[in-house]
Amino acid sequence: MNKSLYDYLILLGDSPLILGHRLSELCGHGPNLETDIALSNIALDLFGQVRNWYQYAAEVHGEGKTEDDIAFLRYEHEYRNVVLTEQPNKDFAWVIARQFYFDAWHFSLLSQLTESRDERISAIAAKSIKEVTYHRRFSSEWVKRLGDGTEESHIRMQNAIAHFAMYKGELFEETNVEKEMFASGTGADFKVLKTQFDSFTNEVLNDAGLEIPQIDWTQRGGKQGVHSEHLGYILTDLQYMQRAYPGMQW
Amino acid sequence: MEIDINRLDLEFQAKIDSGKTIEPKDWMPEKYRKTHIRQISQHAHSEIVGMLPEGNWITRAPSMRRKVTLLAKVQDEGGHGLYLYSACETLGISRDELFEQLHSGKAKYSSIFNYPAVTWADMGAVGWLVDGAAIMNQVMLTRTSFGPYARAMVRICKEESFHQRQGFEIMLSLCNGTAVQKHMAQESLNRWWWPSLMMFGPRDEESTHTEQAIKWKIKLKTNDELRQQFVDQTVPQIELLGLELPDPAIKWNEERGHYDFGAIDWDEFWRVVGGNGPCNRERLSARKEAWEKGAWVREAALAYAEKQESLREAV
Amino acid sequence: MKKEWPVWEVFIRSRSGLDHRHAGSVHAADAKMALENARDVYTRRQEGVSIWVVPSASITASDPEEGGELFEPAKDKVYRHPTFYDLPDELTHM
Repeated sequence: MNKSLYDYLILLGDSPLILGHRLSELCGHGPNLETDIALSNIALDLFGQVRNWYQYAAEVHGEGKTEDDIAFLRYEHEYRNVVLTEQPNKDFAWVIARQFYFDAWHFSLLSQLTESRDERISAIAAKSIKEVTYHRRFSSEWVKRLGDGTEESHIRMQNAIAHFAMYKGELFEETNVEKEMFASGTGADFKVLKTQFDSFTNEVLNDAGLEIPQIDWTQRGGKQGVHSEHLGYILTDLQYMQRAYPGMQW
Repeated sequence: MEIDINRLDLEFQAKIDSGKTIEPKDWMPEKYRKTHIRQISQHAHSEIVGMLPEGNWITRAPSMRRKVTLLAKVQDEGGHGLYLYSACETLGISRDELFEQLHSGKAKYSSIFNYPAVTWADMGAVGWLVDGAAIMNQVMLTRTSFGPYARAMVRICKEESFHQRQGFEIMLSLCNGTAVQKHMAQESLNRWWWPSLMMFGPRDEESTHTEQAIKWKIKLKTNDELRQQFVDQTVPQIELLGLELPDPAIKWNEERGHYDFGAIDWDEFWRVVGGNGPCNRERLSARKEAWEKGAWVREAALAYAEKQESLREAV
Repeated sequence: MKKEWPVWEVFIRSRSGLDHRHAGSVHAADAKMALENARDVYTRRQEGVSIWVVPSASITASDPEEGGELFEPAKDKVYRHPTFYDLPDELTHM
């Protein structure tokens, strides 16, 4: 099998999987009905994308591997999501800040991947980019509402934006597989990614009257399989059925 | 004046009898308005409280396919709650007031959601039995007299058609699976069977609202008629799944042309309605918590909108 | 009592070429959010290609009590309908 391509697809699928998981925890617990429904729509979009990446990865892997084997039956160190995505839903400002950083990066990544030399990747990206364009609009609107809403919301949003700033560096750290994929015309240019991300997030934060966090270090590890403490608990939920009742059809 | 009201009352009833719908701005007896606020909001509350037992399995769904269908289903319930709150608001009450009634315990919701969803099979049983029971009521309500309620029900019924199938398919997979899975399905059916029968409400002789409700087409069939219809349609489905009947008294009665079934534990019914079911407190506190934690978010959005508005006006 | 997000009426064009039809309502703090909420709530199954949102408070409705004077007078204007006119069967394309 093409190990690099497989690893790359895992990288593409794992972050939306774990973020979708976090969003799905909120279903039924949102600040009001409309917002609850909107967040579930985003989770559903992300899971749809995950399935596309994993189904492709399963084909690349061969030997009868399925999307569910990939989603549910790996060890913790084999998940390659960025640590940003596994952070908990502490409050709505956290949910929005995490989403905002993720969407800004995700949008730029997918728009580059629509040009991928790998046709399957470019097709999945072309479908996903429409969804993510909407996600990015949704989260940036909320950043503005909360940033420029009440005094309380401003403080909460500012704190969340500052808190999650320490996770964004990892988004731009290129693994060997990503370097290889870029070189072959399959993957994305991380320099472009970073430039687009910065200009977009800075503009929104400015509009929202929020301070742009100045930070020169980053949390990292997810893309290498070294996670924060949160992932273990996520996997406990995510994998529960597959682990407790191995080898069954559902 | 009193004569006038009587005349209006008679005309109103004649309008309903002739199959016309009542619209929010039409004259209606105060009791009609109140009853509808109570019933529609109760229905709306049931949808959003109903998100909780199934919602707690989204993160644990056993496959990606099951995960997305369950999430879409629970989200739909939120949407259905929203349609119903909207219908209720046309009667001159705000959604916030309705939430207030739910949170204070003044308003009721379907007792079925006060039972716990403890295994994956419960996602099957809830979709199959609980949605199955609900849909019988809902199909009937598409022809109810109050226009906004009937229209909300049409939309809901259209969307719900996948819910029950989703549930039955989960049961089917379990029943075609290993012994452990089949046992899980059986155990779940046994637990949900009686609460599902209770969903149709008290026996006709104890149901206080039935006569009036039939007059206003909030009900086209009585509780016992619907319950019997549910048993009749579900027993063959249980057999199709190859599961044991959850009630030894279930038996085809040739003379009646219906299945007989055992006695419902009405003490349990009234206990759960009264607030002392396995999850009443948990469900209500989850709803309240979400609402209270969201207060600053809702306020912020309004404050932002007002600022934007005054900026526009200043230009 | 705290203020609630206002109610907006949602109108959806289901396919190009059709009129917008009333779909229901949503709560939203502002027009932009109302559009997004309408999209998230009422087009989950590809029900639309275009959405209008209108603050419910901006709608002026006719009074059902005046139904008689408003709508009954049109009842006997049968000459506004094509079937009023008696024409020979041989006549086509009219």
